[in-house]
Amino acid sequence: MNVLTDNISVFAEGFLGTVELTVYSSLLALALGFVMASFRVAPVRSLRVFGTAWVAVLRNTPLTLLFFAVLLGLPRFGLVLPFTVFAVLALGCYTSAFICEALRSGINTVPTGQGEAARSLGMSFGQTLSHVVLPQAFRTVIPPVGSILIALAKNSAIAGAFSVTELLGTYRTLSELGYNIVWTFLWIAVGYLVVTGVISAVFNVLERRWGIAR
Amino acid sequence: MIVKAAAATALYDIPGPRARRRHRLFGVLATVVLLALLGWIIHLLFSTGQFTYTKWMPFEYKGIQELLLRGLGNTLKAFAIAAVLSLALGGLLAVGRLSEHAPVRWLSTLVVEFFRAMPLLVMIFFIFVALKVQPLPALVAGLTLYNGSVLAEVFRSGINSVDRGQKEAAYALGMRKTQVMSYVLVPQAVRAMLPAIISQLVVALKDTSLGFLITYEEFLHAGKLIASNLDYDLPFIPVVMVISPIYIGMCMLLSWVAQWVSRWERRSPKTEAVDVETAGAGTLLPGGVPPTAPGP
Repeated sequence: MNVLTDNISVFAEGFLGTVELTVYSSLLALALGFVMASFRVAPVRSLRVFGTAWVAVLRNTPLTLLFFAVLLGLPRFGLVLPFTVFAVLALGCYTSAFICEALRSGINTVPTGQGEAARSLGMSFGQTLSHVVLPQAFRTVIPPVGSILIALAKNSAIAGAFSVTELLGTYRTLSELGYNIVWTFLWIAVGYLVVTGVISAVFNVLERRWGIAR
Repeated sequence: MIVKAAAATALYDIPGPRARRRHRLFGVLATVVLLALLGWIIHLLFSTGQFTYTKWMPFEYKGIQELLLRGLGNTLKAFAIAAVLSLALGGLLAVGRLSEHAPVRWLSTLVVEFFRAMPLLVMIFFIFVALKVQPLPALVAGLTLYNGSVLAEVFRSGINSVDRGQKEAAYALGMRKTQVMSYVLVPQAVRAMLPAIISQLVVALKDTSLGFLITYEEFLHAGKLIASNLDYDLPFIPVVMVISPIYIGMCMLLSWVAQWVSRWERRSPKTEAVDVETAGAGTLLPGGVPPTAPGP
């Protein structure tokens, strides 16, 4: 127990690092995933090809390899940024491929008749999208996007191993100080459970509020 | 059909001549932008001197080629052991979760939920650092516990999604529970679950690269050794350009097998009674990734 109380500042710093990493990468992944999903359903062939390639490559890339390439490779091009930014980039891009697939399958669950009906009422493309297709797609993508973001929070641990300030990284400081390693890991585990639990709770609320009964 | 992918969505109609012209224009513009981006990246590679002879020289040496091959072999070894063990553990936990004895059911539910909720790397580090296990067993144990738990959910949902009438009919014929399972439910469920199982194996293959972080001498580790060598002018980008196609290619091949199996399933009459829904990696919520896709 005193592992936590003695080192509350170390744990707090690591925990905030994890939260920060998760939030920023989630935002990047959602934005990039949305763009890629719109590429993948676009009527323009070259955009579709680009979106498909993006998803196929990133979904089959080991995240460690991506971290390795981004954190240690991009500086070779003279791009010097804080490690946290690189970590957000790697995590965000990786997760965007999964978000893209979730959004695309959400859009595909909207029956074709809905769009046809909207158009026959004289709605423009923008109106069809914002009043008919996206609200329905949004409802079906809540659960899959939730589980993808939970996976993202868990994957952020890899950033800690690449010396970004993060919850898993705290074990190094504490074991140097001679604290019991088992208890340290127990509290790290609790920290991760809190983060994933909060995401899960948020998405459960969203699901109850807007989800559809299937 | 001119725009095949477009015709399937609710987003827009089949385009007329003017819309087609507009799409063609956008297509040309997008291609130009993408090609410019590609050209810029290639220019960047050349201008920072990534294609000099010194940087690519190491790949000519036999010792380095052997180092890379040994790393690849170690990656595949860890993957093979972890895959077999997690299938076994997954089967065991699934049997536990479907058991008629409540304590067994609770225990396996607890195990499955705990290991699915924990970040894999935290488990691997715990086994490696706190229990002081060698890198390979630590990596394999972590992968087994995590993927075994996810596979247990896949197995369970597969068995549960076999049409109820099949089980009822089997019981009505006087079969015991074991017989119902092994003769009726499992054979039908396994065929339908195969794509989900293979895509979980893709996740396991991807995650073997976590061994790099606990100094297991796998593929990425071999790459790091070459990349940090001053004699070759730190050939970091060349190493990434050699390693990533192999890694990504292996995972894509396995994903492609999963997709192929799932297409083959859809045509097979033997799986008609099953409509399998997969448990995605670490799903704490209903729903999840499509069955043929490796999870995040």
